[in-house]
Amino acid sequence: MKYLEDIGSYFLMIKKVFSSPTKTSVLKELIFKEIDDLIIGSLGIVAFISFFVGGVVAIQTALNIDNPLIPEYLVGFATRQSIILEFAPTFISIIMAGKVGSFITSSIGSMRVTEQIDALEVMGINSLNYLIFPKIIALLFYPFVIAFAMFLGILGGWVAGVYGGFSTSDAFIQGLQKDFIPFHIIYAFIKTFVFAFILATVPSWQGYYMKGGALEVGKASTNSFVWTSVLIILSNYIITQLLLS
Amino acid sequence: MIRVENIKKKLGSEDILKGISTVFEKGKTNLIIGQSGSGKTVLLKCLIGLFEPEEGRVYFEDRAIQDMNEDEHRTLREEIGMLFQGGALFDSMNIEENVMFPLRMFTKQKKSEMLGRVNEVLKRVNLENINKKYPAEISGGMQKRVSIARAIVNNPKYLFCDEPNSGLDPKTAIVIDNLIQEITHEYNITTVVVSHDMNSVMEIGEKIVFLKNGLLVWQGTNNEIFKTDNIDVTSFVYSSDLFKKIRDIQIKEQ
Repeated sequence: MKYLEDIGSYFLMIKKVFSSPTKTSVLKELIFKEIDDLIIGSLGIVAFISFFVGGVVAIQTALNIDNPLIPEYLVGFATRQSIILEFAPTFISIIMAGKVGSFITSSIGSMRVTEQIDALEVMGINSLNYLIFPKIIALLFYPFVIAFAMFLGILGGWVAGVYGGFSTSDAFIQGLQKDFIPFHIIYAFIKTFVFAFILATVPSWQGYYMKGGALEVGKASTNSFVWTSVLIILSNYIITQLLLS
Repeated sequence: MIRVENIKKKLGSEDILKGISTVFEKGKTNLIIGQSGSGKTVLLKCLIGLFEPEEGRVYFEDRAIQDMNEDEHRTLREEIGMLFQGGALFDSMNIEENVMFPLRMFTKQKKSEMLGRVNEVLKRVNLENINKKYPAEISGGMQKRVSIARAIVNNPKYLFCDEPNSGLDPKTAIVIDNLIQEITHEYNITTVVVSHDMNSVMEIGEKIVFLKNGLLVWQGTNNEIFKTDNIDVTSFVYSSDLFKKIRDIQIKEQ
């Protein structure tokens, strides 16, 4: 029963986020601030993880090929497929659920605890629109983060493959180009938009409707990570079933 | 003037307010007092619209909050200034941005005009040269004063204060009390203060509403509260040794 109530309150929240908009000039500033916090602020960790995981994928693929009949370009091919289809959109989104999701929940939760949300409401401001709408708009730029992760993941794979002596540069690049299906990129970005919406709204819901004090803010952040990850994995399965099968 | 008629409010299955009717007068500091759990803050939240009462009506002048549509609600809220218990200043904004916030949201003033008004109200609450500081960088008393400045910057008709003295030393608490009263008279606004501080009652209680277990059991002025025979009020007022001693001295003198 509690879960049904929570689902209902989540959708009512979404409805209210898009009603009674905040003054445009204020909203514009909030959106730029959120882009800085959520998108620009995440590029460092995304670059670091993407580059090295790309390298690991290339090395592991190369080390598991012991049949001489398997062509050398498979290292580049496998790296490209893993990075574009799953690693960049899904794995990075799980990491973002930890980084961005916890940040959103704790910042909104702290505002709830310290009555800052009540202050907004008393002033006649739609606090849901003021707090969450700019996050949703900022996360529309999330596909750029994922494109960045794709590029660096493949670059990491190439560096590890070529400089580690697991593949030649020509073979790796041949693998990258082999049987390329452009729809896979579209599929990856469709997923990314869905994940971006989940990343913006689920942690916001956890923070906005939390009750209690500082300890509960911590609990809400943990719940936020768990539920955002669960929803990302579930929606990943559904989208993959719908678009690729 | 704010008039409440037979307000009833439940939280969960518990009756918090059991039918409260009173009038909060214009140009006066109206205090809601009572022990913890008596329903003071819930009544305040019903007044400002953060809680919707199950029964009863709240009138701002002759406008019933229950009959207002969304636009009228928004207009009313623009007429309200609120001082929260912890100040509720926005952590991500500096003092100037905090005080300017209602002006940015509800007026079309130029930045220079807004800045002029911000400096004017900050000066009014005796705070100058802290515009660029953040809430975490100033003391609790200063935060309360900034919060008062933010509450009055848009010339409200109604000022609500939720335990403005909590967490403050006695001297700063008196400064805040006096500031609230001065502003109430200066701007001729209706001020409602929730408190359980007897010093506030003595200093600024021009009208006092005493709640117990969700019921209004007494109302009067700060002079009358020391003369009443109401057992609930006297046990609250004379719960501290200091007030007991003052009463004993008065009795001896008589």
